[in-house]
Amino acid sequence: MASQPIDQAAATLPADKRASVYQSTKATHEKRTKLLFDQFNDPDLLRRRAGEIKQHVIENLDTLLPAVEAKLKANGAQVHWASTGDDACAAVLRIMQARGAKKMVKAKTMVSEEIELAHYLEKHGIEALETDLGEFIVQIDQDHPSHIVRPIIHKNRREIATSFEREGLGAYNDDPETITRRARQFLRHKYLQADVGLTGANFVSVESGRLVLVTNEGNSRFSLAAPKVHIALVGIEKLVPRDRDLGVLLNLLARSATAQQLTVYTEFISGPKHATQPDGPEEMHVIFVDNGRTDVLASECREILRCIRCGACLNVCPIYRQASGHAYRSVYPGPVGAVLSPLLAGKKFPELADLPKASSLCGACNEVCPVNIPIPDLLLRLREKGKREGAPLAAVGTPPMGAWALMASQPTAWKAALFGGKALNYLPTKLIPVPALRAWEEKRALPAWRGGEFRKWMKQRRKS
Amino acid sequence: MHAPIRPSPFAPGERPKIQLMATCLCDAFYDDVARATVEVLEHLGVEVEFPEGQTCCGQPAFNGGDWPASRKVVRHTLRTFAGTTPVLLPSGSCAAMLRHGALLEFEKEADLPEVKALAARTWEFADFIVNALGVKTWPGRYEATIAFHRNCHNRGTGSEAASLALLASIAGAKVVPFGEQEQCCGFGGTFSVAFPHVSSSMGTLKLEHIRAAQPDVLVSGDMSCLMHMGGLAQKAGQPVKTQHIAQVMRDALKNSGKL
Ligand code: SF4
Repeated sequence: MASQPIDQAAATLPADKRASVYQSTKATHEKRTKLLFDQFNDPDLLRRRAGEIKQHVIENLDTLLPAVEAKLKANGAQVHWASTGDDACAAVLRIMQARGAKKMVKAKTMVSEEIELAHYLEKHGIEALETDLGEFIVQIDQDHPSHIVRPIIHKNRREIATSFEREGLGAYNDDPETITRRARQFLRHKYLQADVGLTGANFVSVESGRLVLVTNEGNSRFSLAAPKVHIALVGIEKLVPRDRDLGVLLNLLARSATAQQLTVYTEFISGPKHATQPDGPEEMHVIFVDNGRTDVLASECREILRCIRCGACLNVCPIYRQASGHAYRSVYPGPVGAVLSPLLAGKKFPELADLPKASSLCGACNEVCPVNIPIPDLLLRLREKGKREGAPLAAVGTPPMGAWALMASQPTAWKAALFGGKALNYLPTKLIPVPALRAWEEKRALPAWRGGEFRKWMKQRRKS
Repeated sequence: MHAPIRPSPFAPGERPKIQLMATCLCDAFYDDVARATVEVLEHLGVEVEFPEGQTCCGQPAFNGGDWPASRKVVRHTLRTFAGTTPVLLPSGSCAAMLRHGALLEFEKEADLPEVKALAARTWEFADFIVNALGVKTWPGRYEATIAFHRNCHNRGTGSEAASLALLASIAGAKVVPFGEQEQCCGFGGTFSVAFPHVSSSMGTLKLEHIRAAQPDVLVSGDMSCLMHMGGLAQKAGQPVKTQHIAQVMRDALKNSGKL
């Protein structure tokens, strides 16, 4: 039987890469659990509250989005709407061209990956440099992030040192501190030269129009310090109704993502430079990006839009740990990606229809998710969609169930099969007529077939 | 998920009665588990009914995405287990199918109310014994170090705590912790076939953690997990002893002459 693409990726992932993914995710997951349960009486209650806040947001976007637009404008920001990734790229370019800008520094934004902004800008002669250390390394290696919080979870420091040497950032040295210092030195000049600083936003408060950004390296602050223009690319689902909702969400985000109480930098940005302020961007643009999100909202998997991109579900997921992020062939890997990526792919759903299958449905993702997304249920719904739409990738390795269902709804047929199955005990594996059982036997022994024995025992017991 | 612990379906003084759904795995491979389930329940004075027409819970097709096929099987189960008598399954995973999965696939179906009613009277073995019958400790003796595998479908339900309480209360039994207990064994139904590499690696990792704790027996409330881990261990030439919690409880009674 053919196995699924993610299974093949896992089987061929180099052992050292798997080891770094496994160790890092395991350590973070364990720290996260300890921190949450040490510090909160009932972290599960907190997760459910956070889920309700975000659910409220996605169910009331029709009123919250105009409200946040008004607030942002009142704060002096300019607001743009982009319904596709191309629209969003074009909006960024327009803003840059209006200022004659040529250089951009980017602080981590997943949306820019999602819409392939860097590639687009490069084609239009604009240099867009990643400033998050991990993203920077991904960029110089022309690689892709493999984790939404730790983009280079799949790399070890020897690889990174080699890349730095190749890029002329000093002689080979794999000491993490040296690597970080060299990246900083290099980036410092870039911050000063940049015309535009581009960021994402973890949250936008409708009440105050504040953008909230969390980082550990301070690169978003640097990205906003020198350039005259700040552009924020924000998914339309990133809102929170009130400032005080941030108390719940920030508490959970850092703990879930990196097992920190709070990230080193948590920035609240409420507009461009004010007349009384000595520096900061003179212009602030917020581009709200749809890019398939309203379709997700209309689907039966809308809860996935609660996601705050903490990565906890990746860290706990046994399949992600075996296969790493690239196996998911999309910007968002792991459990969240297995739901979100095929949905955002829209018409290209069949190309990613295998992702919802890449789960044992163990439920660990749901158990850790700070906004309590029922990821396994959503995966099941997408499996049904894949089957209903006849997506070939969804079918790989899953035996057809029609004949089985027929048998399982006719007790006589079922009983006959139960008793008849005993023949399996005498068949060599190769000759077992059920492909799924043969496949099973490749890795595990099959117990002896005892079909009908219990029924016989039960009957005799009733007689005596 | 986060299913609240349910009150007992029986009135005080009422003789408890259940319909047993043995599950297809017990029907085909693990008759002794179903037998132990009956023996334990009858020891507690429960009247056990066994509807002959029963087949499977419908989970394979449900997980595989073929919901029309799965609904066909669930409808058969609805007919076979008609009435109001509680339905008991010696499997967290099959119980979860009837309690939760079926609700998903019947969301837009006219017979959703019947499916909901079945879900409400479906019980997993240990959950039933502790929360429906109010049994908190188990008599008898069972001299063994036990590694208890929490099956994934019992996350957030009363079953895990119920199983651990029962096991820990048996004289001579010692439940030992092991690494990464929250991780899945890698079975996942057809997942094990469509993702043979990932599935067996997950199981192997799990077995390593379990072996490090040096248990005499690996116990779970789900034969599917035990079939996976036991089968992997056997294929690797390092067999492990596995038992369903009902077998441990039955053996404890036997060991002390109570059965
Ligand atoms: S789905 Fe939940 S756990 Fe996964 S990244 Fe999103 S918020 Fe975090």
